[in-house]
Amino acid sequence: MSALGVPAGEVVERALAASRADESIVLVTDAHEASLRWAGNSMTTNGVSASRHWAVVSIFRDGPTSARVGSVGSTSVDQADIETVVRAAEEAARTAEPAEDAVPLLAADGPAPDWAAEPGSTGIDVFGELARALAGGFDGADRLYGFAHHRVHTTWLGTSTGLRRRYAQPTGTLEINGKRGPDADPASAWVGTSTPDFVGVDVAGLLAELSRRLDWSAKTVHLDAGRYETLLPPSAVADLMIPLAWAMEARGAHEGHNAFAAPGGGTRIGERLTELPLTLTSDPADPLLPHRPFVATSASSDTLSVFDNGLIAERVDWVRDGVVNALAQSRATAAEFGSTVTVPGENLLLTGGSTASIDELVANTERGLLLTTLWYIREVDPATLLLTGLTRDGVYLVEDGRVTAEVNNFRWNESPLDLLRRVTEAGATEPTLPREWSDWFTRTAMPPLRIPDFHMSSVSLAK
Amino acid sequence: MIGVSTATSEGRARRAVDAEFRALPLGALAEAALSTARAAGAAHADLRVHRLRTQSIRLRDGRVESVADHTDLGFAVRVVVDGTWGFASHAALTPQHAVAVARQAVEVATALRALNRERVELAPEPRYPDVEWVSEYVIDPFEVPTAQKVALLQEYARRLAAADGVDHVTASVLQVKEQTYYADTAGTVITQQRVRVHPELKAVTVDSTAGVFETMRTLAPPAGRGWEYVTGADGVWDWDDELARIPGWLAEKAVAPGVEAGPTDLVIDPTNLWLTIHESIGHATEYDRAIGYESAYAGTSFATPDKLGTLRYGTPIMRVTGDRTEPFGLATVGYDDEGVAGQRWDLIRDGVLVGYQLDRAFAPRLGLARSNGCSYADSAHHVPIQRMANVSLAPDPERDTSTEELISRVENGLYIVGDKSWSIDMQRYNFQFTGQRFFRIRDGELAGQVRDVAYQATTTDFWGAMEAVGGPSTWRLGGAFNCGKAQPGQVAAVSHGCPSILVRGINVLNTRTEAGR
Repeated sequence: MSALGVPAGEVVERALAASRADESIVLVTDAHEASLRWAGNSMTTNGVSASRHWAVVSIFRDGPTSARVGSVGSTSVDQADIETVVRAAEEAARTAEPAEDAVPLLAADGPAPDWAAEPGSTGIDVFGELARALAGGFDGADRLYGFAHHRVHTTWLGTSTGLRRRYAQPTGTLEINGKRGPDADPASAWVGTSTPDFVGVDVAGLLAELSRRLDWSAKTVHLDAGRYETLLPPSAVADLMIPLAWAMEARGAHEGHNAFAAPGGGTRIGERLTELPLTLTSDPADPLLPHRPFVATSASSDTLSVFDNGLIAERVDWVRDGVVNALAQSRATAAEFGSTVTVPGENLLLTGGSTASIDELVANTERGLLLTTLWYIREVDPATLLLTGLTRDGVYLVEDGRVTAEVNNFRWNESPLDLLRRVTEAGATEPTLPREWSDWFTRTAMPPLRIPDFHMSSVSLAK
Repeated sequence: MIGVSTATSEGRARRAVDAEFRALPLGALAEAALSTARAAGAAHADLRVHRLRTQSIRLRDGRVESVADHTDLGFAVRVVVDGTWGFASHAALTPQHAVAVARQAVEVATALRALNRERVELAPEPRYPDVEWVSEYVIDPFEVPTAQKVALLQEYARRLAAADGVDHVTASVLQVKEQTYYADTAGTVITQQRVRVHPELKAVTVDSTAGVFETMRTLAPPAGRGWEYVTGADGVWDWDDELARIPGWLAEKAVAPGVEAGPTDLVIDPTNLWLTIHESIGHATEYDRAIGYESAYAGTSFATPDKLGTLRYGTPIMRVTGDRTEPFGLATVGYDDEGVAGQRWDLIRDGVLVGYQLDRAFAPRLGLARSNGCSYADSAHHVPIQRMANVSLAPDPERDTSTEELISRVENGLYIVGDKSWSIDMQRYNFQFTGQRFFRIRDGELAGQVRDVAYQATTTDFWGAMEAVGGPSTWRLGGAFNCGKAQPGQVAAVSHGCPSILVRGINVLNTRTEAGR
């Protein structure tokens, strides 16, 4: 059942051949997905799906940097619809206003490897080992809730200039929430991981970590809101660095309306945030967290342009050795502001800390809070990048180097920019699953951080 | 087909489902899938064909940033085999694929039977053998030339940009047409079509010397209406007035003093309050959350079933309804994605929790004979789950109290208009919201804007501090296209109606102080 009709590479070629526009771009993504979901030690919604998402971008040229663009997308797998979509994109382009990001399309640079190969696939059987391990957990005393998701998205990109790209991106996530004690007042903890294929995922180890954290909740302590020395584990750090990376956008900084605009004009590139040698990077070639190494977009935005389709995404150090180093921008924006193109990445790594694990940070803490995850993170003030959110599934009191009790949850108000300005210790970088943003962003590697004065704005009664 | 297309709430004839959608092999898919599932042992099976057409138009400073059209089409088969759910979907609309997908759904259910500890039982629903429902819109936005739509947004943007102090303007309109065909083994066959639009403009003022900026956007809510809402031809939203006033409001806000933090009496406009209702009531009264189905992701609820009929949610003047029938509501349907007819019911009455939002699997668990119709999936490739109805706060039934009268009752407080930032905890206790405009109230009258405001409270404390609700003339429908829930993540559009309200002693924060500045 994985076949989606005409092979995707052929859809690209047929659409390009059918085009009557001056130039055209065709993107096809075949998506195969499988998911398991459970609650209270029982399966709830599970399933598999196969779908194709594709788009035709038609371009009529009035000059090298002047063009009109039409973009039409579809999920149809009926080959008769190829010409229909091409014509619709052309019609949209003919009647369009000139595009402000028009630049020449990229030239061909050789054939794409595996262009004619079948798309990557998946099915419910990918969870075989996981299901067996979960069954053991379901028979335990704790109540388990969670989700396992495997996606294999294969993308084909072709342009009328002869450029061809293909990439298969496997993405897997596993999250387990455990609850112990009475329904009305349970202890709650969370573990999660990302994986490309669910091979070798240590479910037993995750369940053991879940149990260790639930054990920490045997004693509970109430703490009021305030500023606390706080240890952020890698998942929480990822959930703070992702919105930071999303905000690192060049146009808004140059025009003065985002947090990277500098007083007096210009941007904050070159501003030192921390004396720690922290570097925030996107790198498609990272061996643990590889992602699609080229631009593939059917619509332009503040940071991406349809005219950049196929552009190779290079490694970018957004922050280098503690200093703001780059802001995302298309070729057109870079030309407008006299800068160089920087493609927003689909992975994010914060490096430059020590070799210390989160447990070692705990061991070196006299009194502070250890968090598990952050939740419902939203921007409060774009000028300072002030975010708000909650702690979730485990806030623990650390005293004299060990966890002594579970603490109530808090609402916090903090800016990731200011956290980098105040961080006093970073540990060892490790792959981690960002809990808040994992619907959109799963490939991160982060260190634990020590913040001397994390701002817990109020107490949350949530368990 | 039985001709059940009825008149709109305004007396017009409803439009019909597009012939293009009806021309799909809907009946053949249903026959192939349902007969296969039944033969394979399914006690229940349903087939859903889902087509979502969208167009997004985005302008930056009057120039087109992007125009993107997309159509998402596929079908899904959902089965119950030996008390366990199975689901599968595909993009190819052929009977051969329907047969294979039905078998695959049964295989999923069979494979996971051993891990299912709660047997699925579905509440019965009358059979609707061949019905059609279309939402209330006049002009299909997909029948309007794109160039005409871009020109209208450019004209709106030009008016804002022409004003002193406005340095940048963004404009956008998202348009959606959603069509579904549902058929099940009980014999129900439903075809539906809904249209919704979300126009928005935002003005930005920049002081590059100081390195500060401020924004203000239009408050026209997304609505289950057609293009007539964007042009203003239906008279629902006064675009001329709002676009003329935003630059002045923005200029005043940019130089306004910061708010003084602390407990504050608030008069909250419906343009802000809808989102507070969404987060603190809408999600809290979802039954799947209340029994833990979303524990690992979207969260649970403090309003658990053991408190039904006793939980004091707010003051006795508080009445909140769930409904899938509100004219122009974003969650309004004829039938939900399990073939249950749209209904309206109480969630909170006299300030007490009295109801939940349900689907056919959850209704029996709560001891109810019938679902209230809250099942929805945002795509053919996603499993239908319990999603939010239009959840609305009723106005004062006795007296048409105006917003100005509410303001007149406040000696020292704030009047909050428009939504912006929002966040609430995973049990729907602790929330924090900001807004677009904050007016000081002094001795019962507005006294200029302040800035950097957020309000923060625990849900039952907030609603327990509600002293008054405005009358019917203050009631407005707000809403959002992007309510998220479930894994894999699904989005749903939902509306919330409410009057202006007066709440006493709510904790107000200064967001600059919160940022340590």
